[in-house]
Amino acid sequence: MTHPDAPAHSGALEGALPLLVVALGGATGALLRWGLGEAVDPGTALPWVTFAINVAGCLALAAMTGVGAIRRSPVRTLFLGPGVLGGFTTVSSWAEETRSLAADGDVALAGLYLTGTLAACLAAAAAGRRLARTPR
Amino acid sequence: MTALLVALGAAIGAPLRYLWALGLDDRWPLGTLLVNVVGSGLAGVFAALSLGDHAWALAMTGFCGALTSYSAFVVQAVDRGPRLGGAYAAVTAVVSIAMCFLGFALGASF
Repeated sequence: MTHPDAPAHSGALEGALPLLVVALGGATGALLRWGLGEAVDPGTALPWVTFAINVAGCLALAAMTGVGAIRRSPVRTLFLGPGVLGGFTTVSSWAEETRSLAADGDVALAGLYLTGTLAACLAAAAAGRRLARTPR
Repeated sequence: MTALLVALGAAIGAPLRYLWALGLDDRWPLGTLLVNVVGSGLAGVFAALSLGDHAWALAMTGFCGALTSYSAFVVQAVDRGPRLGGAYAAVTAVVSIAMCFLGFALGASF
């Protein structure tokens, strides 16, 4: 099948492989998120486990490009980015937890959770980007 | 068993998000915005339906959790600067939460 004039492999992922890599990574990240939720009892009405998961995931995704071994590998980038960290962090739980807090009458807490998560995640991602640019 | 359902739901949700992002994300990340909004709406529906543990693990923790992504959304917002990124973050937050309320109302009406 190989032809001498065939172009060298570009290193890009083709066909269904990217989907498989993202699916595997996503399942891994979701299991980590679920495991943390099972292991840690928040102890308060504030869903700080989801909060911590989202902040940590945003920092990691932003900083990831600073690691050469990840940046240079399309498979690692896909597995860890849209895969593991995409599956680990969640907008749907954040939205549902905010709704549930508000529905329970904790409107102030709902507002704090909504804006606090967004602000902390933006700050974490900005810090991650600075970290990624820092020469080592 | 629960872990398996979480993994299965996520193995469907994550590649769906990837495909939408690949096809629709541009300077304005429409694909990621859509998966986050749709996932949040579905989360409201599932919460209203009071799903059992297994269905919740598959549909909410696995599928919706992996279909949506806070990390992709926030890093896109940061990379687009205060103006566009700020607008994108605000739209994602407002529409996702609104869709979750709407989904819950819809689910509760069944």
